[in-house]
Amino acid sequence: MTPTVAPVLEAKNLVKTYGRVVAVDGASLQLYPGEVLAVVGDNGAGKSTLIKCLSGAETPDEGTIELDGEEISFRRPQDSRDAGIETVYQNLAISPALDIASNLFLGREIRKKGPLGSIFRMLDGSGMKKIAKEQIALLGIGTIQNIGQAAETLSGGQRQAVSVARAAAFGQKLIILDEPTAALGVRESKQVLKLVENLRDRGLPVILISHNMPQVFEVADRIHIQRLGKRIAVVTPKSHTMNEVVAVMTGALEIDEEDQSLGPVR
Amino acid sequence: MTNTEVVHDAAAEFMNRSTKTQKVQAVLHKFPWLSSAVVLIISVITFSFFNENFMTPNNLSLILQQVAIIGAVAAGQTIIIMTAGIDLSCGAIAIFASMVMAKTSFVNGWPAWASFTLGIIVGTGAGAFNGYLVTKVRLPPFIVTLGTLNIFLALTLFYATGRTIMDQELDPFYLKLGYLINIGQFKLTTGVLVMLLMYALLAFALRYTGWGRHVYAVGDDIEAARLAGIQVNRVLLSVYMTAGFIFSITAWIVIGRVAAASPNTGSTLNMDSITAVVIGGTSLFGGRGAVFGSLLGAVIVGVFRNGLSLAGVDLYYQTFAVGVLIIVAVSVDQWIRRAHK
Repeated sequence: MTPTVAPVLEAKNLVKTYGRVVAVDGASLQLYPGEVLAVVGDNGAGKSTLIKCLSGAETPDEGTIELDGEEISFRRPQDSRDAGIETVYQNLAISPALDIASNLFLGREIRKKGPLGSIFRMLDGSGMKKIAKEQIALLGIGTIQNIGQAAETLSGGQRQAVSVARAAAFGQKLIILDEPTAALGVRESKQVLKLVENLRDRGLPVILISHNMPQVFEVADRIHIQRLGKRIAVVTPKSHTMNEVVAVMTGALEIDEEDQSLGPVR
Repeated sequence: MTNTEVVHDAAAEFMNRSTKTQKVQAVLHKFPWLSSAVVLIISVITFSFFNENFMTPNNLSLILQQVAIIGAVAAGQTIIIMTAGIDLSCGAIAIFASMVMAKTSFVNGWPAWASFTLGIIVGTGAGAFNGYLVTKVRLPPFIVTLGTLNIFLALTLFYATGRTIMDQELDPFYLKLGYLINIGQFKLTTGVLVMLLMYALLAFALRYTGWGRHVYAVGDDIEAARLAGIQVNRVLLSVYMTAGFIFSITAWIVIGRVAAASPNTGSTLNMDSITAVVIGGTSLFGGRGAVFGSLLGAVIVGVFRNGLSLAGVDLYYQTFAVGVLIIVAVSVDQWIRRAHK
């Protein structure tokens, strides 16, 4: 339960308030190498805000974030991206009219070598296409045939796969997936979950925010339960059942921090 | 594994069934300027039947000379519309810049290069002011440019004190874009060539640089672009500034074409340029279109007006025809967009 290796990412006592509303109230989080950590919680438990602090979309009021043991602070999403943290957003942050390769490299295009790139700022279109193709193949997204097709011609699952492929291509340290299957059908959700396992197999740790308990239990190594702005427990799919996790999440049961045993709320 | 693949393929086939109309939609979607190219070819052929003077090098050259100003403004208008914005102040910026150029040169006696540079700076600065209001003050582009349209117009009249500066008063440098060049049997003004050069540069930047992709991405889905790490405000500001620069180059073309700098011209340039952009297949909702299409759009309007007047059709009907063209062009755009929802 307590691995001896150092965590890749560690957040300590994060606090984030919006005016008088306390969204995150002293939450901590540890992510260890090569694991899938699920973050679950009821609406308003502060999981989105917690994740936004980690991905640089919000800056916490208090608390520290350490990446590989070094303290860091993010002011913009670009900062966390530069640090090697990639985030896949629920609302499919891809540009519908651009093609897959352009989307994969959006915001960090590769220029041609030599004067064509440095003076005329020409992009290396074929090079980017090649890398995009490799990434898509690496993740086993076989249903995407043409790397040059516009993103809007793809199904929801394929679009999400493009987002995941983008994260996988550039994520050096870890990948955060915020409700990646919320907008997807059953078959497409399966594809995305397969991608998550694929990432873990490649050694990239993943933080997965989800509402969907069966999915969480299918892929997660550990489950971080968020309630009322705090982390109240970390369990594993083996140690606890789905019903127990839901009970803890909603406050029907309380978990003992020492021996992980469940009991009624005192 | 093989079993799931079979199911998969069947599902993919189910999703990918497309009729002939859908295939047409897909092609138009990929090449948004294609429909305007077809309209142009058909209208040129049609008008040549009505009047034998239409299809002459002289007349075709005349059309190109006539669309030089609108075409140049439309180039700047296109990149703004691609970001889901609009610029109503484009004509006012061009005229403002032209008055700055002419007056500093004639009244203050500045050398041509200095007055020209100041004109470019004023025009680009006016664009930057629009961009600032759009990105930092977060006002809708329509409102911003409606406001600055009046502001720049007032500044121009105030600065020029209502006076037109005539050709004999101008530095010869400013009349250069009115010079005629013979290319085969065609007589083009240098202004036309400068306009074409701007289109070529803009098309290159949009197609082959990261900036171009970012312009499309910002217009397509601004939130997605921001999450992808694009500095959205910087892109928007650069677009408004580039447009301001293009409008001030247009000022030069205007002086060359009219052979004078007058504060009272260009009042319909904003609507005319939007007309050209829309007919050229660029979507008013942003993220879709090609700058080349706007050139076609401007030429189509020129061909319609010229062809109809050669055919002896009243001016009212010409304007009516342009109105119909706009409605048809936007309907086609909507139809193409629906294809992929």
